[in-house]
Amino acid sequence: MDFLRPTTWREALAAKAERPGALPLQGGTDVMVEINFDVRRPEALLDLTGVAELREWSVAGGVCRLGAGVTYATVIDELGGALPGLAQAARTVGSPQIRNRGTVGGNLGAASPAGDSHPPLLAAGAAVEVESRERGIRTIPADAFYLGVKRSALEPDELIRAVRVPVAAGPQYFSKVGTRNAMVIAVCSFALALHPQERRVGTGIGSAAPTPLRAPEAEDFLSGELDWDAGGPSPSGRPAKGLDAGLLRRFGELCAAAAAPIDDVRGTAAYRRHAVAVMARRTLTWAWDDHRGRRAA
Amino acid sequence: MRVTFTVNGREESADDVWEGESLLYVLRERLGLPGSKNACEQGECGSCTVYLDGTPVCACLVAAGQAQGRRVRTVEGLAEGGRLDPVQEAFMECGAVQCGFCTPGLLVQAHDLLSRVARPSDAEIREALAGNLCRCTGYEKILDAVRLAAERKADPARGEAGA
Repeated sequence: MDFLRPTTWREALAAKAERPGALPLQGGTDVMVEINFDVRRPEALLDLTGVAELREWSVAGGVCRLGAGVTYATVIDELGGALPGLAQAARTVGSPQIRNRGTVGGNLGAASPAGDSHPPLLAAGAAVEVESRERGIRTIPADAFYLGVKRSALEPDELIRAVRVPVAAGPQYFSKVGTRNAMVIAVCSFALALHPQERRVGTGIGSAAPTPLRAPEAEDFLSGELDWDAGGPSPSGRPAKGLDAGLLRRFGELCAAAAAPIDDVRGTAAYRRHAVAVMARRTLTWAWDDHRGRRAA
Repeated sequence: MRVTFTVNGREESADDVWEGESLLYVLRERLGLPGSKNACEQGECGSCTVYLDGTPVCACLVAAGQAQGRRVRTVEGLAEGGRLDPVQEAFMECGAVQCGFCTPGLLVQAHDLLSRVARPSDAEIREALAGNLCRCTGYEKILDAVRLAAERKADPARGEAGA
């Protein structure tokens, strides 16, 4: 095994072009587990922690560009306002030690269906910026990035450079089922984002299908049914009502129907489907309450 | 490969390091620092917690090569001037140690918490220690120890009285 240590992005792309079998390494919270347990023996490790630019984030034109080396701890400390859904998910990752090392870019690279970043990225409409030395930059929408269990659209000579996430223009929530509040791989998870300016709802389901996925039918249904104008700032604006029980139930059913869970050690398919519906209703209730508060304010 | 980094203030090198080796292995098996414990090797238990450039991490999940040129502080480096850190003293006095396997990681993690938050609430202590598993005591004595250490750090006169 070789240990490759680029210090610039150009060097990193060159290394990946010349050694497509090299396994990118950031915080090591997935990769090192596989190496410690002899599950994986890549021909080389490509340590990206020496590429300083990957640890940076910036906001421009309403989009937050998060370098692939930004840790969960940084998301929590610095991006709770711009990316509330992702920050909420980041707070549920592992433990403080894991959040100090683990990165959103690494979560994308591993592409586990249970990764906590994926649902909020899907709900927010994020896109993954990948690059190769030969073909340059591609921007892949999150919902086209995940292809299968731990498989993504990333080509062998490409590296993830950043993820672009629209800055939240409405409430976002994340919910996750597990056996305790720390060190839990999600039994299943759910993220919801309201995009009031576009009168649209975003969803993301985790650990309830071979890939993280959206629930498009549920999104369309809810986008059309929500009374987006209610509780507006004008004196004549009608007071925003709470959500109708039938609407909540239907939204939960459509989200559960979008999932394709399996039975495994963490839970049964039936439990996961049920839990997705419950989390969909809960996150929608939290988000709509916030939305009504904002509109009334 | 050769890996060189600063450990507890001293520059150290290890030779013939395998490229997939963890920082934890280098510390324990090559540099004679067995304080950091090897338990789960998957970041679940926190027993190998060390500072890497001032940030607590699981040493089992850091590739040795990633420590090149960086600063590592282990449980062996918490005592200063021949005197235990107040966190270490409090763990002994409160009976927060039974088999001792989780203790080094808890000490480093609690040390970090108290360096950032002088008077942590119980919720903050629990959150900070959520990634450190103890299978002997339950956690009450550990919480007692962190509370006592926080008091002493905030009011060193009490530390003298208790020493």
